[in-house]
Amino acid sequence: MRSFISGNDAAAAAVHLARPQVISAYPITPQTTVVERLAEFVEDGSLDAEFVHVESEHSALSVAMGASLAGVRTFTATSSQGLLYMAEVLPYAAGGRFPVVMVNANRSLALPWNIYGDQRDSLSQLDSGWIQAYAENAQEVLDLTLMAFRVAEDPSVRVPFMVNLDGFHLTHTYEVVELPEQAQVNVFLPDYDPGENQIDFESPRNFGFSAGPEWNASFHRSHHEAMLRAWDVIDQAERKFHAIFGRRYPGGVDAYRCGDAEYILVTLGSVSGLCRETADSLRDHGVRAGILRLRYLRPFPHEAVREVLSPAKATAVLEKDISFGGAGTVFTNVRSAAPAQLNVIGGLGGADISKERIAGIFESLIQGESGVKWL
Amino acid sequence: MSARDLDAREFFFGHKACAGCGGSLAVRIALKVLGERTVAVLPAGCMSAVGFNFPQLAFTNNALITPFAAAASVMTGIEAGLRRRSVKNVRVVGFAGDGGTADIGLQALSGAIDRGDNILYICYDNEAYMNTGIQKSGLTPHGARTTTTPHKGSRRPKKDMLAIVAANGVNYTASASIGYLDDYMRKIKKAAGITGAKYIHVLAPCPTGWGVNTDETVEIAREAVDVGFWPLREYENGTWITNRAPSRPQDLERHIKRQGRFKIEKRYQED
Repeated sequence: MRSFISGNDAAAAAVHLARPQVISAYPITPQTTVVERLAEFVEDGSLDAEFVHVESEHSALSVAMGASLAGVRTFTATSSQGLLYMAEVLPYAAGGRFPVVMVNANRSLALPWNIYGDQRDSLSQLDSGWIQAYAENAQEVLDLTLMAFRVAEDPSVRVPFMVNLDGFHLTHTYEVVELPEQAQVNVFLPDYDPGENQIDFESPRNFGFSAGPEWNASFHRSHHEAMLRAWDVIDQAERKFHAIFGRRYPGGVDAYRCGDAEYILVTLGSVSGLCRETADSLRDHGVRAGILRLRYLRPFPHEAVREVLSPAKATAVLEKDISFGGAGTVFTNVRSAAPAQLNVIGGLGGADISKERIAGIFESLIQGESGVKWL
Repeated sequence: MSARDLDAREFFFGHKACAGCGGSLAVRIALKVLGERTVAVLPAGCMSAVGFNFPQLAFTNNALITPFAAAASVMTGIEAGLRRRSVKNVRVVGFAGDGGTADIGLQALSGAIDRGDNILYICYDNEAYMNTGIQKSGLTPHGARTTTTPHKGSRRPKKDMLAIVAANGVNYTASASIGYLDDYMRKIKKAAGITGAKYIHVLAPCPTGWGVNTDETVEIAREAVDVGFWPLREYENGTWITNRAPSRPQDLERHIKRQGRFKIEKRYQED
């Protein structure tokens, strides 16, 4: 069924279809409509779940974690300051290997206060041990959220999953979205099987324990390896998704006209469409431009990034983020896989990124500019 | 409920608590009353520090450590999850210290009480952050020296947690002392039979932090009740009951003077 809905509606629709049993959330702009819809679904009886009204984001994720430990599928959503307020619980949920799914509406961080979209919130939490994916449009929000449950809950992964969508640009703009049928979703995403990592009254367990220097690294290494194994699970999920729903997704990166590109711009999220349009225009004028959109930042698609970027003459990374005194976090990550010369910081606090400015980034690349540059 | 009725099985042993630890006794006895179908939830604090050192895990029932501020919220999640799965005849109990309850965990506890979640929250109160080396908490009594009130002692009174949880709308709350185990056990059993949010606040002396001998823990906990320092009370359906009137209030001064933590050097003494 096709429906004209916002990115947040798409997220809520996906969660509805995924049938979590415990949802806990605290309101924050621009995430609010996700949880408002879910509360409606629970109250009108169309979603048979417990909606827990918590007093903070710290508790939102703590409740989800407790429910996951009790053996049910769980969901929460947040944004910006809220993500940072739950920051303590992020590595806790990840280290405990609780496959919580969270939607994060990307929003700027205070100070100065700003409710609009940039990606400083989630990028500051890359090391928390969560899978992080970034959607480009409302359809991808829905599809990624469904895949998030499947990937996070896979017995070989068991890592929480954060689906990111740009505040306002995606959360509050309306697009035509294909809503899957429940029966199809049930095939793609069967009921939750908690496996062994749950409360068991036959064979009681201790969880969330301490591990000293002699044991500590083995837990973290196993977590890291689970993240790396996630690539196969993501690949299987995307194949299955294509077979059932007819939409194909390309894994860690989405490369556009990169095959013969001399100059490549790396992007994240909703700005990518405009970047592709700019690349098309530039190609009309003889510039061999390509766009590489990162879909996943954790696990980081090292191989795919290296493969696409290595043949290019020069690469720029455009991102709505800055690690003060360093460079953009996406840039730093990209450079861990392949050479990239120019890091353009733009769109902070919801600032507009125009086609002309994007074309200007390619002009800078052609001129041989490098380092960090503000759009 | 008396020691005769108590479950002979142990649910909390092999831990690394100090000699004479009041907190470990509070946890051990509570679990014996509640039984094996209990999920024990412990935030950062003494009991989580001594009970969960992989691979030496000291709980034989399901148990976990939560983030410091999150004991009540994790309890909510566990209770909701088990209920969704129609798991019957289970109890979700929290064991949080005074700092984990009255300071960093207060917001989450208020949230759980506000929602009326079916949990039993037990605060084992040793009146300071003992696990990290005796720092002042919101439940350190007036005049008690800690490593962060090193000379003059705490200048603030102890927060009244029972009044706080009652004002939040708790279904049942009670104070208790490990010096009066029969009263403590009765209250746990009673709370376990009540639906909704329950809060028990048990005085659990720490010989190291209080400056008493390790064989005096139970005696000092009993004396605190007898001299009126820590009254045993219960609150249910909007009514307060005093369970035990102080039997020897005249010994209050002696009770305070025998504890090293209340000894203030002359030059730091104020009026």
